[in-house]
Amino acid sequence: MSEDRKPDWPGVALHVVTGKGGTGKTTVAAALALALASKGKKVLLCEVEGRQGIAQLFDVPPLPYEERRIAQGPAQGDEDGGDVYALAIDAESAMVEYLQLYYRLGGRTSRALDRFGVIDFATTIAPGLRDVLLTGKVYEAVERNSRNKKARRYDAVVLDAPPTGRIAQFLNVNGEFGDLARVGTVRGQTERVMGLLKSRRTAVHLVTVLEDMPVQETADGIAELRASGLRVGGVVVNLTRPKALDDEARDAAIAGLLPRAQIEEDLAKVGVDVTPELLEGLLEEARSHAERRRLEDEQRERIAALEVPTYELTRLPDGIDLGGLYELAADLRDLGMA
Amino acid sequence: MSTRTKPRVGPLASRLGTSPHLDVDALLDDPSTHVVVCCGSGGVGKTTTSAALALRAAERGRKVVVLTIDPARRLAQSMGIERLDNVPRPVPGVVGSAGGSLDAMMLDMKRTFDEVVEAQASPEKAQAILSNPFYVTLSSSFAGTQEYMAMEKLGQLRQDARKSGRWDLIVVDTPPARSALDFLDAPERLSGFLDGRFIRLVLAPAKGPARLMTAGVGVVTNTMAKVVGAQVLKDLQMFVAAFDTLFGGFRNRAQQTYELLQTKETAFLVVAAPEADALREAAYFVERLDADRMPLAGLVVNRATPALDGLSAEQAVAAAERLEPASGDGDQDGSRTTAGLLRLHADRARRVDREQRMQQRFQAAHPRVPTVVVPALSTDVHDLDGLREVGRLLAG
Repeated sequence: MSEDRKPDWPGVALHVVTGKGGTGKTTVAAALALALASKGKKVLLCEVEGRQGIAQLFDVPPLPYEERRIAQGPAQGDEDGGDVYALAIDAESAMVEYLQLYYRLGGRTSRALDRFGVIDFATTIAPGLRDVLLTGKVYEAVERNSRNKKARRYDAVVLDAPPTGRIAQFLNVNGEFGDLARVGTVRGQTERVMGLLKSRRTAVHLVTVLEDMPVQETADGIAELRASGLRVGGVVVNLTRPKALDDEARDAAIAGLLPRAQIEEDLAKVGVDVTPELLEGLLEEARSHAERRRLEDEQRERIAALEVPTYELTRLPDGIDLGGLYELAADLRDLGMA
Repeated sequence: MSTRTKPRVGPLASRLGTSPHLDVDALLDDPSTHVVVCCGSGGVGKTTTSAALALRAAERGRKVVVLTIDPARRLAQSMGIERLDNVPRPVPGVVGSAGGSLDAMMLDMKRTFDEVVEAQASPEKAQAILSNPFYVTLSSSFAGTQEYMAMEKLGQLRQDARKSGRWDLIVVDTPPARSALDFLDAPERLSGFLDGRFIRLVLAPAKGPARLMTAGVGVVTNTMAKVVGAQVLKDLQMFVAAFDTLFGGFRNRAQQTYELLQTKETAFLVVAAPEADALREAAYFVERLDADRMPLAGLVVNRATPALDGLSAEQAVAAAERLEPASGDGDQDGSRTTAGLLRLHADRARRVDREQRMQQRFQAAHPRVPTVVVPALSTDVHDLDGLREVGRLLAG
């Protein structure tokens, strides 16, 4: 990698990561948080869907509503990495915290609200209030100021956000809830949150794989985000297949024209015990790989037409573990995303 | 978690390959199977699996209706359901020589909800409900409404099927839930809210004299008014008052559908991919179905990497390295391709190993769940031929 390369997202304090289910949204969010945690930096990785995906990924016990240090950023040269903290935000805790912070409501009132099922009700059914609370907590972490001296300040916050199909609605908290609550203090709060979300300090990244539906959802998601005045960041193309065969070989594989005799000879030369089944199997693997790659190329073109920065992450054959996350983080740095 | 006791199964009983095979054709052909529910986490191919099962059942002679949630556009087009009109339509191109048929529909959750309201309330009341902002949120974005409406639609289809005889098998795709369990919980959660204490509380000032208000109630309503504004509370009171009479109906219907799911005529298929997350969700689901006494038919593991024996990943990498060092040689083109094939194979072999490990873990915990493993296709499925191929693979 080039040492003096500048990352693509200067000035972005909040990286929102979304993606269709199964595309690796949480993995990419975690890798991005690691990648951003260079020497001396503090990065907060948040989740809001109650899935405990971060804890599973980093192999730590379930996260509470409390910021916990979960990893060290990757070392670069002689320098140690920074710190990655994690927080699982749930609407109920966020509401209690909000009431305490802004209304100085003590535990007794919170308990009364809870007893009557108000918190449960408000965070689940009141139109959009849930999203206001979740994004409100993220806002607090990003904009944490001198008022709260003890609080840790972060250089960047990465949000593992709801899926692509819901992202514009989730971030556009003003919309639905604003229509309903025209007065009240929550109104003022949502306007401040929207101010951050629509500023240049926020970027919404979309994770996809090179398949028809996820790419379609990515295109739809970008259009919706733009229509809502939210800033689209990059598209992370995840889980791409290894590029072991060149164009010519792939065409030959699909047409069934790979040089069978020479392949057999090569294999024998390096000591592979070539049976007809093995040779046939390898050719079939090449054919299906080439077909998949052809579909991937079609989808790649559709993504290129979206005209946003893209970052490709190759699928790791051994799946995602902690080591794999650091590999992906290094890739994201090399690609300039962090 | 289940609290029922089960015979303990020792570790030896759970080696790879000891899971019973899931016989999909036997399940589909069994005339006492009337409902098949496909569930699992997002992105594992649930919709494709449901459509493939429905098509296969139809072409084997069943009269099938498939309820899909969010199919890929091209698949929806090829099934003739790209229009969202909430009514089952015949799928063109189904081979009916065995006497079966296939209808399909895509769920429109808001419309389903609206229809329930319209069917249960007087026209004026329905109008008041439909235009209330709380209803609009509840019916279009409340987490759980889609699950609830899928269950509602299933109940309607089952009733329709019994009455008209138009269908003898309903295949249901479940929504891509945040958690795989949501659709079982959604009706309970929703009716819990609508029936809850808070609702009663909000309703009280609208109905009864003010003296019913206790000190606690005052704190609660005052706080709410301060936080969200008094107008919101008024909207809420109107919504609750209008909706109040429908509560009972909603609860009953949810309960009936829940009971339908517990009968022998229903079969649950848990769909997963051979990945840690998806199999973890599948395991939760299996345990939950058991706890709720829902009949589990088996596990479908989609998108498995096909194994090719005879050459391990390590051997393939070593062989590729031996073919590659002489870079720049003029006549190495062919060898480069061979090395590419070996690298490709190594990548696959490692994935096959990992996927099998994942499955072994699942089996160790749930050794008696009948399982079928469906190999990954090299192309996307977006027409009936593709669905037939998936159906063939599902049948083993």
